[in-house]
Amino acid sequence: MKLRVSATVVVAAMMIFAGYAALFIAPDERTMHEIQRIFYFHVPAWSASFTAFFVSFAASIAYLSSKRDRWDWLAVSAAEVGVVACTIGLVTGPLWAKPVWGIWWTWDARLTTTFILWLLYISYLLLRGLIEEPGRRATLAAVFGVFAFLDVPLVYVSNRLWRTQHPQPVIFGGSGSGLDPTMGKVLGFCIVSVLCLMVIVLVDRYRLEELRHELDELRQEAETQNLDGQNAPGYVPTAR
Amino acid sequence: MPALSSAPTSITTSNTKSGVTGSRSLAVSFDGVEKRFGALFALRGITLDIQPGDFVALLGPNGAGKTTLLRIAAHLSTPTRGRVKFTAASRSAGARESGDGIPGDSAKRMIGMVGHSPLLYDDLTAAENLKLFAQLYALDDPAAFTAKALEASGLAERANGIVRTFSRGMRQRLALARALLHGPSLLLLDEPGTGLDRQAAAWLSETLARLRSEGCTMIMSTHARSESLELATRAVLLSGGRIAEDTRDGDPGPLLARLRSEN
Amino acid sequence: MSTARAASIVLAKELRMELRTRELLSATLIFALIVVVMFSYAFDPTPSESRRYGPGLLWIAFLFAGSLMLHPSFAREQASETMDALRLAPISSFAILLGKMAANFVFLAVAEAILVPIFAVLYDVPLVGILWRLILVLALGTLGLVIAGTVFAAISAHSRMRELMLPLLLLPVLAPLLVAAVQATRSLMGDPPSLDRAWVAFLAAFDVIFMTASWLVCDFLLEE
Repeated sequence: MKLRVSATVVVAAMMIFAGYAALFIAPDERTMHEIQRIFYFHVPAWSASFTAFFVSFAASIAYLSSKRDRWDWLAVSAAEVGVVACTIGLVTGPLWAKPVWGIWWTWDARLTTTFILWLLYISYLLLRGLIEEPGRRATLAAVFGVFAFLDVPLVYVSNRLWRTQHPQPVIFGGSGSGLDPTMGKVLGFCIVSVLCLMVIVLVDRYRLEELRHELDELRQEAETQNLDGQNAPGYVPTAR
Repeated sequence: MPALSSAPTSITTSNTKSGVTGSRSLAVSFDGVEKRFGALFALRGITLDIQPGDFVALLGPNGAGKTTLLRIAAHLSTPTRGRVKFTAASRSAGARESGDGIPGDSAKRMIGMVGHSPLLYDDLTAAENLKLFAQLYALDDPAAFTAKALEASGLAERANGIVRTFSRGMRQRLALARALLHGPSLLLLDEPGTGLDRQAAAWLSETLARLRSEGCTMIMSTHARSESLELATRAVLLSGGRIAEDTRDGDPGPLLARLRSEN
Repeated sequence: MSTARAASIVLAKELRMELRTRELLSATLIFALIVVVMFSYAFDPTPSESRRYGPGLLWIAFLFAGSLMLHPSFAREQASETMDALRLAPISSFAILLGKMAANFVFLAVAEAILVPIFAVLYDVPLVGILWRLILVLALGTLGLVIAGTVFAAISAHSRMRELMLPLLLLPVLAPLLVAAVQATRSLMGDPPSLDRAWVAFLAAFDVIFMTASWLVCDFLLEE
């Protein structure tokens, strides 16, 4: 408990400092000026979402091979965190693109992959919401989770192949090249802070899932008892 | 060589490729079987040893876990804990094979099931349904087996009738014919008598009696008032997912009588 | 019994059932036709516009029609609980899945065989020179659709709102397939027509990857 509280405080401090750094410490960008500072939130959001989705993918595989519930809890928690981070990435992207490049969106490899990933994991969460029986829900969601993530490299490759045939305006392309060292440091710090934030949120969400499961079990136990508090014949309480 | 109901005598040596013939009887043992659906326990700690040739009446109120138990035995459902083991015993010698028992795939060849629903394709004819299952069970001459099965279940004239047009009694007869097509050594029945008219119910009892005399192991879940219960050699009462009572080697009569009067 | 043999028995069963009811085929065909015709009607494309957008339209029509058609392959079994009967038999889950994939492929292929000539007429595409290459592209694309589609049909059969769930799961996953198929088809309809090997290789890779994944997860799809 203490660990969680202190970790949360540390991460909060990191995020505040990251925000400050992004807005005030990082030098002004030559052509884009203030707008460019979104970059310090956009890139970390994207990194966080991709990491979260990868964790979900790994957890899905782990669930299928071991059938232990905790992997399912991790899979859904990571998927939710990933979707949130992805949404932030998808919103900050166009916000940056429009003033600078004049267009809201383009189907380049990174953006397309991000968008499809977002769609896939929203579908994943929807699917989970629509399957009632917990064992089946966990299994089928895990199967879909595996297929969804396997699709990602395919989306990326197909997009690159397409772009060599139909060159698109390169957005965000310049951000990786020739980065000023201070900018690089700020960016690095922002990425690390956001990843730490992601971990904190993930752990909390996982804990929530664990608690839900315990609640279900308790509810079941309560239901197998008669109204006057006696257990049904043959009833043995679940071992804790 | 005793003939099984809906198949010619030669079935016992020529049908399956696994080498285990229909003249053997199957013993089933459940070892600490538990089945969980989320937080709900359908079955808890079921340990049950069924001898070859036993006719077990599985009783209990709705929700007690009878269907779940049968489905696990049929390999339609996997237990969350524990396992089911199948061993073959030669009827004549009465000796048991030792070891791990028969693996899942081979066991399936020797198991037949009549479920809650007939498990038949409504849009196909009776003959097409049986032929399909004869092929799936790798029987040597699907057409011949189909014809014999239709004879035995009295559905020969309706062979080309679409199953959708059949009455409940006819469907159940066809379902039983399908379950027996490959000469199983273990027959699982889930409340087979529900919704049957007098004639069909009598036919069911007859068929079960014949199977029992041939030494087929059978587990039938049913309500206490069913006719076929007289054939039972053992009664197991399930309650809340656990075994409440089990007559084992004893006489199932008293337990059955008591349950009958209670209902 | 070998997987191939078991799968062909399941395939034969699916075909026989479809021949008797003919529900799937007619619905698929009509729907795809409507999409193709309505587009032509609403946009009234010029010949060059047809060449540009035609392939995309064709594949979108297949995708939508396919999603509708795929769903019953498991839903029908569920309604009458006949899936239990298949699972009781000593055949592998992969055989069942494979049989259904094959059946879905046949249905969609038949629909395409009827639809493509109609499309060629409406959009003034000469099929003669490109026929075999077009068939190759159609086959690879349809295969990918059917592989992923059958798996997701098995998944969505257990969820509520299953008719809606299937396209929701399937279409995002098939996005790369769509791009590949459209580009390959477009280059075949170009001047001069050419078979774009890169895209064809991509389609083949897609098919292999998803078929392998299906084989790995087949037991989980059908288990209880």
